[in-house]
This record gives sequence, structure tokens and C-alpha cells, in this order.
Amino acid sequence: MSTARRAAKTPAFTVVRADLNPDPLALDCALVERWLVAFLRDELIRRRKISRAVVGISGGVDSAVVAFLCARALGPKNVYGIRMPYRTSNKLSSQHGRLVASAADIHDREIDISSAVDGYLRHEPRAGGQRRGNVMARTRMLVLFDQSAKLNALPIGTGNKSERLFGYFTWHGDDSPPINPIGDLFKTQVWDLARHLGVPPAVVDKPATADLIQGQTDEDDLGITYARADRILDAILKGFTPEDIVRQGFAAREVDLVRSRVGATHWKRHLATTAMISTTAINEFYLRPVDY
Amino acid sequence: MSHQAVDLALVQFAPRKGDVGANLDLIAAAFKTLRRDALGVPDIVVFPEACLSGYFVEGAVREVALSAEEALRRVNALAKSAFGARHSSIDVVFGFYEDDAGKLYNSALYASLGAKPVLRHVHRKMFLPTYGVFDEERFVSRGSSVGAFSTRFGKAAILICEDACHSLAITVAAVQGAQIIFVPSASPGRGLEDHEPANVRLWRDLLRVAAAEHGIFLVYAGLLGFEGGKGFTGSSRVVGPAGDVRAEAPFDEPAILRVAIRLEDVAVARAALPMLGDLEANLPELVAQLESGGSTRR
Repeated sequence: MSTARRAAKTPAFTVVRADLNPDPLALDCALVERWLVAFLRDELIRRRKISRAVVGISGGVDSAVVAFLCARALGPKNVYGIRMPYRTSNKLSSQHGRLVASAADIHDREIDISSAVDGYLRHEPRAGGQRRGNVMARTRMLVLFDQSAKLNALPIGTGNKSERLFGYFTWHGDDSPPINPIGDLFKTQVWDLARHLGVPPAVVDKPATADLIQGQTDEDDLGITYARADRILDAILKGFTPEDIVRQGFAAREVDLVRSRVGATHWKRHLATTAMISTTAINEFYLRPVDY
Repeated sequence: MSHQAVDLALVQFAPRKGDVGANLDLIAAAFKTLRRDALGVPDIVVFPEACLSGYFVEGAVREVALSAEEALRRVNALAKSAFGARHSSIDVVFGFYEDDAGKLYNSALYASLGAKPVLRHVHRKMFLPTYGVFDEERFVSRGSSVGAFSTRFGKAAILICEDACHSLAITVAAVQGAQIIFVPSASPGRGLEDHEPANVRLWRDLLRVAAAEHGIFLVYAGLLGFEGGKGFTGSSRVVGPAGDVRAEAPFDEPAILRVAIRLEDVAVARAALPMLGDLEANLPELVAQLESGGSTRR
């Protein structure tokens, strides 16, 4: 057979490649928005007969996303954004908070917590940065719950999955609100959702910060970027071993860092540990769901 | 076999957690909607799993559980109130937590309504998911059988939620002669990376494959609403015996899905694709292999 005839009989193969690296954190943001709006309506209106929400607006992306979701679920006029700066807070945070409230078209109020925080800290002048930060976070929660009582509203949580897993929050502070629409979204997913919702870019694109200490950023505090931490966290939660995760392209140091932070903070994701005495111990024997 | 169209109505709603009376009111509201519906009174009304109480009730199962007879008595009274004498032309399927003299089950019943309602079958869920977000086996006992039963339309069976994820359970019902399987379900949504929750897609795929393999109608009624942050994804649907989705309700809205089916489609599908016949022919061999733990033929 001639070379030309052999060439004519050779089939033209098309090589079809599987996507070996699909993004494990990819979301359909339109679906997530629909899902979370339904969640908010169900929890507030159907279950609790409450039509108003209070959201602590920090100027960061998490509270911005929650404000936008609440505005879509309840109508913007039923959402009360509360900015609660301390005297050392970055002024830009408050400006961004106003920007978020304006963009979401929700109520905007500033309640300065400096005098409340300082009133207590006068008795504890040697309190360090972490203690002072915790006092601020818990004071903000006091304000949110009281405003909710005044407005017949529900305070809405703004903690994301990354900070919940890292324990990067104040226990019984930031995590106190009874419902949280974004607590199962990693930080990088919150950024994606924020862009979809139309949160102002100045809020989405700036470095994340708890703004408890001047110049602080989350990623400096944590020692790893969210882009890498979220993928390691996701792999850990899905059951991959540290060796598997290193094979996926992460440094052993990064994996150890993330694992140790998660492993040291399980307690922060639970309510108080209660000594069991009886055969009717609450949440041990006496088991009723939260919505029963 | 009936040669009449069987007019199905699949009802999906968000129950009020733990409030059986309020959920019976929702069922009554569905009946009243159907009474006014231009398509007329349906032959069979199908409701989701645990629709009298909500799904995640944990240690409160006993507080919300009813005997099958009592559950039927209450639903029959609602139907009589909505439809009057016409309620005797209606059959119902609904899921509920069952109290059988202190033994608790996740059950669903099939009954013919009327002045003297007839309880034709009670299925007790066999595959109790107890992993991840689920904890059923801690709170209810396991059912022990799949049984096909006769209705005035043909032979039917009930499988509850995960029961129907195991094609072997569908095989047992089909081999017993079922032409239609009712699947009351409560599936919490998860996996939001595509245009619909991943569990909705998985259920559709599972049911389509199982329906085509067995040449059988699968009638899936899904619970709705959020329970403790977990949102159920309705998506009630009827899948025909060729694996064709006849109609499907939204995953996040209360709805009544009306679908008329003809059970002779089962024979047509099985003649065109005789998978069930092939399976029945090989079943003794397969069962023998399973029992012997290896091959019986070289």
C-alpha cells in the first residue's frame, strides 16, 4: 500500500481532554443568591414572622454581601445597617460602610462604641490588643441585639466559612446572631458573590481586615492568603490527607498551618460544654432541632 | 391493567416544623386548590416524605408521630371537607412519622379515600440515611420489606427517599409487578456550582436511569422549605418508563404538579427495551452468586 493510500485511511483522531483541575470552589453565583434570599425569607418571615433585619456594617465585604442579600430578601427599607466604629478604627472603613449602605439602599446609622468600650477598659488599663479587640466585638454584638429589640428585627450574622474554620473571630461576639447566610461560603467565594451582587469594587478589592488594630490585615494575621487557605480548607473538609494536599501543589508548611488552626479551634464552633449528670441532658439525650 | 389515564397531582410544600395541625391545614389548602383546578379532581394525590411534621425532628419523632390509621383518618376528613362526596374517587400517598405501639418509623401510606377509607399499604423506610447531615437511624427503626400492592389503577409500590437511590429496591418492586413507584422524599439542597443544586440533578439522573432500566413510572414528591439552615429541594417529578421526565416542579417554590399518565406505557416501554425481562431471567443466577459469595459458573 502506498504512503498516500495509508495516509488516506488513517482516521483523524480528536483528542478530548478532561479538565483535570476544575475549581473546587466554583459557584453559580446567581443560584447562590437565589438560595440565600430564599433562606433569609424562610427564616425571618415564614418561621419567625419578622420582616426586618439588622446588619453590622464594617465596611468589609462580608457584611456588604449580607446587607445586599437582606435588601433583596426583605426589601431595602426593612434592612438597618449599623456602623459601629471605635475611635481607633480606620476612617476608610466607615466611609466604605456608608458606600455599602448607599449602594444597597438600606438604612444607615453610625453608633460610635468608643465610650462604651472605654468605659469598661478604664477598669482594665493594661488590657492588650487581643482583649481590647474582643471587648469591641462583644460591644458591637450588644448594640446589634439591642437595636434588633428596638426595631423588632433580627440581627444577621456575617461570619464566613474561612474565618469560622480558622477560629478567626470573637466567640459569642461576631458569631452570635441567630442566623447567618454566608457561614458556609469561603472568603474567596464571598468575594465572587460580592462581585455578582454589585457590591462596590472599593469594598471587594481591598485587603480583608478585622480592623481591630491599625494596619492589620487578615492574611498577615493568618500567615497565608485566602486564595490558598480556602483550597486547603476545602480539601481537609472533604477528607484528603495532608500528603494528598501537598501532592495537589501546596507546601507542607501551608497545610500544617491551616490544619493546626482548624484543629485548635473546634471549641469555638460549639456552644458551652455542659457537664452531663442525668439521662435527660440537653442536646445529649434531649434532642430537639433549632427550629422545633 | 387500567386503560384509563391516571391523573396524578404531586404536592410540594414547606411544612411547619413539628406542627401536625398546621401541616394538615396546608394539605387542606392543597385539596381546596385542586377542587377549583380546571383539570378536575385528580385520581391520586402524592405528598412528600415527613410532610405532616417536617423532616429533621430529632428526638421529637414520638411527639409528631401518628398511627397509619389516625393519619389516614385525618387526611380523609380534610378531603371530604374539600371535595365532598367526590373524595371517594381519590387515592392519596403521603409521608409521615409512624407510631406503631411505640415503635417509630419513617413511613408513607397509600390509601383510597371515601366514607370508609381503605388503607392499602404502609411502607416503612428501609434505607435510613445516618451519615453527614442525616441521623435517621438514631430516631426511627428500620423497615424490613419492599412490597408491591394492588390499586384500582394497577400494581404500585412505595419507596421513601434513599430507598429509591438503591436500584435493587426498585428491582424488587418491579419484579413483584409494580408498574408505578411512588417516592416521597426530603432531599436537602447542596452543591451550588451549577444552575441548579447538585442533588436535584443527581435525583433526576437516578430516577431516569432506574425508570428506563425497569420500564416503570417513578413518581417523586419532594419536601420544601428550610429546616435549621438546610433547604429542601422540591423538584417533584414524574418519570416515564422510557426514562423520560414527563414534568417537574421548581426546586424552591410550593407547587402542585398535574400529570396524566397511561399505565399501558409500561408494557410498551418493556417491549421496546426488555431490560426487566432480561434481569428476571438472570436474577436467580445473580442471587445465587451473591449468596455463594462468588461465581457459580465458569
